[in-house]
Amino acid sequence: MQPDSCSRGFMERGFLLLVVLMFLEGTVFPLGAASSPDISAPDGAGGHERNDDHRGIDNYTFPKKAFPVLSLDYGHIQMPFEISLWVLLASLMKLGFHLIPRLSGIVPESCLLIVVGLLVGGLIKLAGEEVPPVLDSKLFFLCLLPPIILDAGYFLPIRPFMENIGTILMFAVIGTLWNAFFVGGLLFAVCQIEGTHLSQVELLPCLLFGSIISAVDPVAVLAVFEEIHINELLHILVFGESLLNDAVTVVLYHLFEEYSGAGEVTLMDAFLGVICFLIVSLGGVAVGAIYGILAAFTSRFTSHTRVIEPLFVFVYSYMAYLSAEMFHLSGIMALIACGAVTRPYVEANISHKSHTTIKYFLKMWSSVSETLIFIFLGVATVAGPHAWNWTFVSVTVILCLVSRVIGVVGLTFIINKFRIVKLTTKDQFIVAYGGLRGAIAFSLGYLLDKDHFPMRTMFLTAIITEIFFTVFVQGMTIKPLVDLLAVKKKQEAKRSINEEIHTQFLDHLLTGIEDICGHYGHHHWKDKLNRFNKKYIKKCLIAGERYKEPQLIAFYHKMEFKQAIELVESGGGVKMPAAMPLQVSMQNIQPKKQPPMAADRALPQFTKNREEEIRKILRSNLQKTRQRLRSYNRHTLVADPYEDGWSEYMLKKQRMIELEKKMTQMSNYLTVPAAPSDSPTMRRARLASDPNAFYTIKAPPGNVPTIQVELASPQSPDSVNLVDEFSKKGGSSQKNTDDRKEEQGRMMKPPSAGKGGKGEEEEEEEEGENKNPGLLRCLSDPGPSNEDEEDEPFLP
Amino acid sequence: MGSTNSTLSKIPNVEELMRETGFSPAHIVRLYDRFESLDKEKTGHLRPEDFGAINRQDTVDFHSFVRILAHFRPAENNRPRDPSLPEPVNSRISKLKFAFQLYDLDKDGKISRAELLQVLRSMMEMQVTEEQLESIADRTIQEADLDRDDAISFEEFRKSLEKVNIDHKMSIRFLR
Repeated sequence: MQPDSCSRGFMERGFLLLVVLMFLEGTVFPLGAASSPDISAPDGAGGHERNDDHRGIDNYTFPKKAFPVLSLDYGHIQMPFEISLWVLLASLMKLGFHLIPRLSGIVPESCLLIVVGLLVGGLIKLAGEEVPPVLDSKLFFLCLLPPIILDAGYFLPIRPFMENIGTILMFAVIGTLWNAFFVGGLLFAVCQIEGTHLSQVELLPCLLFGSIISAVDPVAVLAVFEEIHINELLHILVFGESLLNDAVTVVLYHLFEEYSGAGEVTLMDAFLGVICFLIVSLGGVAVGAIYGILAAFTSRFTSHTRVIEPLFVFVYSYMAYLSAEMFHLSGIMALIACGAVTRPYVEANISHKSHTTIKYFLKMWSSVSETLIFIFLGVATVAGPHAWNWTFVSVTVILCLVSRVIGVVGLTFIINKFRIVKLTTKDQFIVAYGGLRGAIAFSLGYLLDKDHFPMRTMFLTAIITEIFFTVFVQGMTIKPLVDLLAVKKKQEAKRSINEEIHTQFLDHLLTGIEDICGHYGHHHWKDKLNRFNKKYIKKCLIAGERYKEPQLIAFYHKMEFKQAIELVESGGGVKMPAAMPLQVSMQNIQPKKQPPMAADRALPQFTKNREEEIRKILRSNLQKTRQRLRSYNRHTLVADPYEDGWSEYMLKKQRMIELEKKMTQMSNYLTVPAAPSDSPTMRRARLASDPNAFYTIKAPPGNVPTIQVELASPQSPDSVNLVDEFSKKGGSSQKNTDDRKEEQGRMMKPPSAGKGGKGEEEEEEEEGENKNPGLLRCLSDPGPSNEDEEDEPFLP
Repeated sequence: MGSTNSTLSKIPNVEELMRETGFSPAHIVRLYDRFESLDKEKTGHLRPEDFGAINRQDTVDFHSFVRILAHFRPAENNRPRDPSLPEPVNSRISKLKFAFQLYDLDKDGKISRAELLQVLRSMMEMQVTEEQLESIADRTIQEADLDRDDAISFEEFRKSLEKVNIDHKMSIRFLR
């Protein structure tokens, strides 16, 4: 790193921080003023009103006031303005944190955001305004929470979730129950001790408090676990637990709240509570599943209105949540069920762009929501009336920790008897330590009625302290602990096709073996479900002929497509694998096994059938992509990790196509100017904004690129070939029939990106870096003219 | 327990079988009952028709039945293995070897392209074209084949599956 670039970066950062701080100052006043509407009534409007009144009453004597050219009417836009201001603040904060690299490495984002919230709340209070009650329960449960849960549910990795569902349910249900009763009961016992002056706290409010505070919070878990990249099993255990314990929390909360007034809970009530729990959880899942199926069914018919496809997913899911909340069922479970049910079918139906839209929107909304939640937590801490009681608070914190540890250890002991892959001590520690509390607990506490619960403020204080403790202490220390204990981290590499094939094969095998043993195990039911799915459900919910497509083929196509994209993005120049693989694939493709030769080799011959096959494979591979998200790390929106040593297969195919093109259409091609006349950025911008501009690029005469099958030294000549091949494909579309044009429309994406990439290649010698955000933007946003080309069936 | 003992006595070489496979007597009895229920004609052998063959032999007697199923016992990692003893049947390597044998139909120690195609064909159940299968097979071999002999040896097979949790995948809790 050069010193001048370092200082430049520092200056930029400093400038941005300054802007952010000024912005903070500026926002304090409107946000504070929001809570006191009388002050904010501007003069202009008041003046207007007064004028009108007077004019109405006394038309003649009132002197005409000058026509106000400019007036201020804050009350008119107050509400949306404040909301936007908060959202903007949250987003700028998020930006700001990543400018300070060391800080974001040590302190998890959630802590920083809470601190920001504290600051903002403090500033508002200093300014003399009343802090607005931002973490209003209604706002939280209806607006802030659903996006996060939907994002989690839609991208939930179903396979590990289902494989561990028994463990997850044990932790969620029994663990939460244990926590609630342990904390509540012991707190009551402590309160009864003479010296604490807390004897007025009865048993039921204590148990209610216990049930509120014992639930592991999905928002906090997501926020913290995202950054530590822990292995999939532990992630899904803690996260699944945080999602599924919602049903328990809902039931316990309502149970104790109802009967706190009455003062006692009988056995009958407990029994009803159990029934209620079953209804709440299963009902929530059922509601979610119904809406999910509706969404999938609707998406079957959206082939002509691609633009609103994402909307269906969002609206159906949100309605599932609201419907579940209407019946006091578990909204979170409904949302998870809806997302998980919707996804496989909707993804088969919708266009590639809609899929990208859904992904981006969900990530965006959940990101903003999470940021806002943490900031509001900070603000609410400053705002809320506090009743600090050392005993209560400290006992709460200690008890929560203790009960969590005991619960996890005890449950794991039982669970390990039934698990094949057992949970080690390290795993147990992480599960226990990762039980973070968050804003849901606070909101539930906030919902408590002041009259029924006179110690509400004390509860709130204790809840906030507990949240702070878990998020700050546990959140900050979990990362070093994970490193210290050498817990297995997430595997970054993606699945190879070998793994996919063998895994499927083993599934089949295991199903057979289970049949032989007469044992109706895991695989048996999974197989049955898959068959049912294939036979009935897919037929209803997936449009066209796609439902017949086996999973392996879809996976294979995905891989090929990904490779093609990677190939094109790098312009084929930078990361070329060794020459050896080329020979193997050459042999595979050519019917005649000619030994691969050096650069001066003649064009390889191949049969027409082979050409056809390759072209067909290429065409189908470069169609829609269904990027399966393997991990739901919020920060990686671009879900295509670059392979380290890609196979040459795609390159070979493309080369074959370019070769046969050259043979048939020597004279009718448009090429990209080999030496770019304008800068690559400009060209990219031009192409991105108007894909049709591609057609107007004229080839400089006499610019015939030599096509050589360079096996030994795959350097920039190859990139030229690759791009020219694409360009020729594009050029030929003007001469060919309409169905080719459709294909070209789709092929637009790689060429425009490829050209840009190639231009860059030529401009700057040899870039080591092949990640190019510009290209990715091009790729994902080819413009509205390609809207109609998405209707091709997936299988050729 | 009485019935266990009496059933056990019916099976020849049962101690050796137990030692080789690691199954407990209760398990052996359970499997024997299952074997008998599958063996509808009481010949003492299972033929492919009895369960739609899963392996190469034409008939399976009880010992082979148990030996094969022993591959699917959940592995015990905690017990430190005595290096003098032969590799237990349900260790990871053995499970992988078993799976490999299912691919390798001509038993030459390598999965050739044709064999892979055959497996793919049977898995796909006639829903895909031959060309797609061939592409997939090519790709698979390319990915796994490290020594460029256009076939997958056991080592390459093992390497390509090192990220997959074989112990979990190839275990049936029933057989613990």
